[in-house]
Amino acid sequence: MNYWNKPYECMEREQLVKLQSERLVETVRRVYHNVPYYRNLMQERGLVPEDIKGIEDLPKLPFTTKEDLRNNYPYGLFAVPMSEIIRIHASSGTTGKPTVVGYTRQDIITWSELMARTLTCGGATKDSVIQVAYGYGLFTGGLGVHYGAERLGASVIPISGGNTKRQVMLMKDFGTTVLACTPSYALHIAETMEEMGIDRKELKLKNGIFGAEPWSEALRKEIETKLEITAIDIYGLSEVIGPGVASECLYKQGLHIFEDHFIPDIIDPNTGEVLPEGEEGELVFTTITKEGLPVIRYRTRDITSLNYEPCPCGRTHVRMSKIVGRTDDMLIIRGVNVFPSQIESILIDIGQTEPHYLLIVDRINNLDTLEVWVEVSEKLFSDEVRKLEQLRKRISHEILNVLGINARVKLVEPKTIQRSEGKVRRVIDKRK
Amino acid sequence: MKGENRVLVRQISVFLENKKGRLLEVTKVLKEHDIDITALSIADTTSFGIVRMIVDKHEDAVEAMRKSGFTVSTTEVLAVKVSDRPGGLHEVLEVLKDNDISIEYAYSFVRQPSENALILFKVEDPLKTSDILKKAGFHTLKEEDIRNL
Repeated sequence: MNYWNKPYECMEREQLVKLQSERLVETVRRVYHNVPYYRNLMQERGLVPEDIKGIEDLPKLPFTTKEDLRNNYPYGLFAVPMSEIIRIHASSGTTGKPTVVGYTRQDIITWSELMARTLTCGGATKDSVIQVAYGYGLFTGGLGVHYGAERLGASVIPISGGNTKRQVMLMKDFGTTVLACTPSYALHIAETMEEMGIDRKELKLKNGIFGAEPWSEALRKEIETKLEITAIDIYGLSEVIGPGVASECLYKQGLHIFEDHFIPDIIDPNTGEVLPEGEEGELVFTTITKEGLPVIRYRTRDITSLNYEPCPCGRTHVRMSKIVGRTDDMLIIRGVNVFPSQIESILIDIGQTEPHYLLIVDRINNLDTLEVWVEVSEKLFSDEVRKLEQLRKRISHEILNVLGINARVKLVEPKTIQRSEGKVRRVIDKRK
Repeated sequence: MKGENRVLVRQISVFLENKKGRLLEVTKVLKEHDIDITALSIADTTSFGIVRMIVDKHEDAVEAMRKSGFTVSTTEVLAVKVSDRPGGLHEVLEVLKDNDISIEYAYSFVRQPSENALILFKVEDPLKTSDILKKAGFHTLKEEDIRNL
């Protein structure tokens, strides 16, 4: 088993909690004195930094939300003068302004360290040739992986996203061994490879480091089979640091959260109460080493659960389950909680369905309706109407079985549903 | 196997959504590749359709359609010559029924006024069916025959 930083990654829990507590106390003191927003919030609650003595006091602290970052656009929550900031990133604002994050020189060093750990978790070494097909730019994916891969000492191909045929050509010619991108783009690359008639044997690809969007276990199998690689799931968000918050190891039994830098909590998204260990809820992070933009109890809107059992890989850091969905992409259809990933699993289970699908939710005569578009690939296609109708009914029946919702399934032509080279859009909710 | 030696006729099937202009897109691709449609049948439901065609250059048609992003498949169908008179088709169907062969679908075409019409059948075992029909005195056509009609 390879580790990047064994003393920290395999630290005994007792010692880890002590380290977290020290770092938390220091972080709270810093934000109280340097960020007026946090100082006001704490004063409103009658809190002074001395009230926070260790991680057990964490629930006393207020939450931070994406909304709070927006309201303090662009630099309002930075905890250092701009002269100390050496990098700005921003996350796409689907509504209005983006959320802006800033990094000090030390933050970039920390981030590179965490991404080197992540890449090592996924099987990369200094001998790897890493093709970074995450987007470069304001998005943290590209540069985050890039700096980690350089820190690791691997050979980096900073190709960024897009131009898929060229990705495949360079993958072959440059002898790429590790591919880093979003899972939906990995699948798109696999399909393009098939279309181009590239023989898998011409590639040296061994590992995939995929993240930035939720994906199902079934999609992992599909990508692993098509590309003949081992694929791990990585997790991060720009507000916390970017990629490098958590990563699966090669055992693929949950993602290790790098707890020496981030303290996770699971809360009930409705009440804000901290949930008991193992329960599913909204993931919340407090950064304890970040300088530029420390966040206190940042609500990720991602739904997961935490597992403190020891991992066979030897890392002691807590593992979060694969993201089940988001509090904001969780659809409530006729009172049922529905995550797009559940429908994705159904489609792959039905067999050979390339998971290109779109969910359209609407409200007709005060009743929620769900329409599922599924692209008909050549494997699914039959020249008999009867068989296509059977397929349609089967998908509809499985959705009813699993979710208890009557969905209207529509078979659509290939490439009807928009392909993504970044994050994929799976849902159109017309009810809003 | 080259088309010339086939007992059966290759049909290209194309998946189409039931919306305006899609069939036009199919004929446009075929026109651009100088492909002639010999026979055509469309099966449709309220939401999607399947276009089935016999064309003069099968491989070219499949490649062109795929490149244009359509989902296509190749199916082997049986082409049977039947007399163009009342009861002509009925006689063929009787033979099929007597031999317990069910038809997945069928469509007909007439190239020019003549004594015979052609019926295309999709059955589970087209080779066996072809033998049965030949023994019963019917004439089946090869891909080449159809091209030369």
